[in-house]
Amino acid sequence: MIRVIRFLQLGFVMDLLYSAFSFLYQSGDAFAFLVLSACGLAVIFGMMGVINLAHGEFILCGAYVSTSATQMGLPLPLSIAVGAGVAGLIGMPLERLIIRHLYSRPLDTIVATWGISMIVTQGTLIVLGSTMQGSGTPLGSFMVGNYSYSVYRIVLMGTALATLAALWLVFTRTRFGVLARATIQVPHIAQALGVNTGLIYSLTFGLGAALAGLAGGLYAPTMTLVPTMGSAFIVEAFVTVVIGGADIFLGTAPTAAILGVIKAALTSWHGQLAGQIGMLLSVIIVIRILPRGISGWILNERP
Amino acid sequence: MSALSHLVSIVTLLEGPQTLGRGRRFWSGVILILVAAFAYPLFADGYDVGNNVYFFNWIFMALGLCLIWGYGGSLSFGQTAFFGIAGYAYGVLTINLGDAYGLTLFALIAAGLISAVCAAILGYFLFFGRISGVFLGIVTLSVTLVMERFISQTAGPEWHIGTARLNGFNGMGGMPSLTVPWPGGPIVLLPDVGLYYVTLVLLVFVYLGLRVLVNSRFGNVIVAIRENPERAEMLGYDVRKYQLGTFVIGSSLAGLSGVLYTSWGNYITPASMGMTAASLPIVWVAVGGRSDLTTTLLGTFLVLLVFQALTIYGSQYALVAMGTLLVVTVLLAPNGIVAGVVSLVSKRRVRKRAKSEQVL
Repeated sequence: MIRVIRFLQLGFVMDLLYSAFSFLYQSGDAFAFLVLSACGLAVIFGMMGVINLAHGEFILCGAYVSTSATQMGLPLPLSIAVGAGVAGLIGMPLERLIIRHLYSRPLDTIVATWGISMIVTQGTLIVLGSTMQGSGTPLGSFMVGNYSYSVYRIVLMGTALATLAALWLVFTRTRFGVLARATIQVPHIAQALGVNTGLIYSLTFGLGAALAGLAGGLYAPTMTLVPTMGSAFIVEAFVTVVIGGADIFLGTAPTAAILGVIKAALTSWHGQLAGQIGMLLSVIIVIRILPRGISGWILNERP
Repeated sequence: MSALSHLVSIVTLLEGPQTLGRGRRFWSGVILILVAAFAYPLFADGYDVGNNVYFFNWIFMALGLCLIWGYGGSLSFGQTAFFGIAGYAYGVLTINLGDAYGLTLFALIAAGLISAVCAAILGYFLFFGRISGVFLGIVTLSVTLVMERFISQTAGPEWHIGTARLNGFNGMGGMPSLTVPWPGGPIVLLPDVGLYYVTLVLLVFVYLGLRVLVNSRFGNVIVAIRENPERAEMLGYDVRKYQLGTFVIGSSLAGLSGVLYTSWGNYITPASMGMTAASLPIVWVAVGGRSDLTTTLLGTFLVLLVFQALTIYGSQYALVAMGTLLVVTVLLAPNGIVAGVVSLVSKRRVRKRAKSEQVL
């Protein structure tokens, strides 16, 4: 009798552990998606106060380039790096040609980048057709309890954390990072001290574009490649940046963690769309309470 | 007597500091265009007339965006959300209520009110949270994209309101057109001459009404807020209330567009709230010249004409052309191409006049 009860208890505890793992996995997955899709947008916004509406198209670029690279026989990590690199290399001249002229008019930057986004989406449709052969999710899966989980998703979570760490190192430990932060804080003083702020803007925009390309390359194996795939990312990226505010480490990362939990909870409750709607609603409510975003709130609270 | 003086004071607001165009010359031009517009169905065939109604339908949304963006200074990317809400509301209401007893006209008003209420709720959170320009744009864009995705997945039979199936990605059809009850039998406003005149009259009223609005005290305050919110606040205006009011009016106009469009084609799809659809109003208003109602109206009409012409020759390239037009406008003529031409012409005229005065 006692043995039966203990067995039942054990079963109950195991079930609890399994569902805890499942929830953690889903939250982590949502966190990774939010961080990876938002950090490029946040880098550009934090630096220049510009929201890059062509963000989704840099993601698209990363996804298409990395998939083509994989199909040409490059190993996956390398082809993802190629995708990110190409997106970054496209971003820099774009900043030179178009965005540079609009820094004094932030609203017009959104409009111009939206124009670019229309051109690229439609151009991709014309040149490459309505869909592209994907490469399939690599690395197989593992079982916990009755459910199987994709190993690649765990890799994505690790990559999200690694990306944050790398960005932190870049912005605190490298010469570029120091100059970039100086330019963010007081652009004209930085310029007076001999910083080539134009170059810094170009590089930062390139970095943001490369991060978007990275997100595209990383998620390309998990989704269907269509010219409008960028719009699958941008709502998440937007809401993360809106709540997070201008700072990646104090804003984007904690926001992604909180929103990840909300999204995972709602998704497991009522499906993917409920997760997205719930996230948007929570964002609209949060901006009523914390207008300057989480990073503004954290910075205000600190002495 | 006092009613008369009231009317006179409203009529004088038709021109003022916030609108281009004044004096006998401008208004005789307007009347000439109106006469041409009213005479147009006499010379054109039914298809072209219906097609012009299609153009008119969109102009309401463009004028609303012009009010919010050009005059109010807050850029909303989500006007299509209200377009879609009102369109779907009209469809649901008319499919359930039918088209007798002028119920479609009731549905028109109710759908407009529903979109206004939605705009008021969203706007409350945005403006009372003091969301600044850039964020306002991307939150409203997110709203319309999520709406699109929500409606797209309502294909199953469980998604219905009354007898109206939402029909998901394929869109909702089969709703009756606007119908006016009339003693000699109801008049159904099919996309033909009747609907043309109704829409045209509505458009003229909205255009003149907005001219009065932006030249009134309210309009002057929202322009003051656009120029410098802090200063307006220091002068004692509650910036948030004025911005919310502008947003609700502009979004109701988007809703009106949605109803007219749905009634025009007896059809609405979630794609009308998607990324491409959301970008088009921005193109019309930016290209026309967002800071003035008249240039927006002309610009919207011209861009729609060009867009349709391009679509006939190669629908794929039309959107690329629109994107290019948008980028070029923002870079080279930030105040809009039509507005740029207008100011160029008036500058030249001033210069000519100055020259002739010198000669004298």
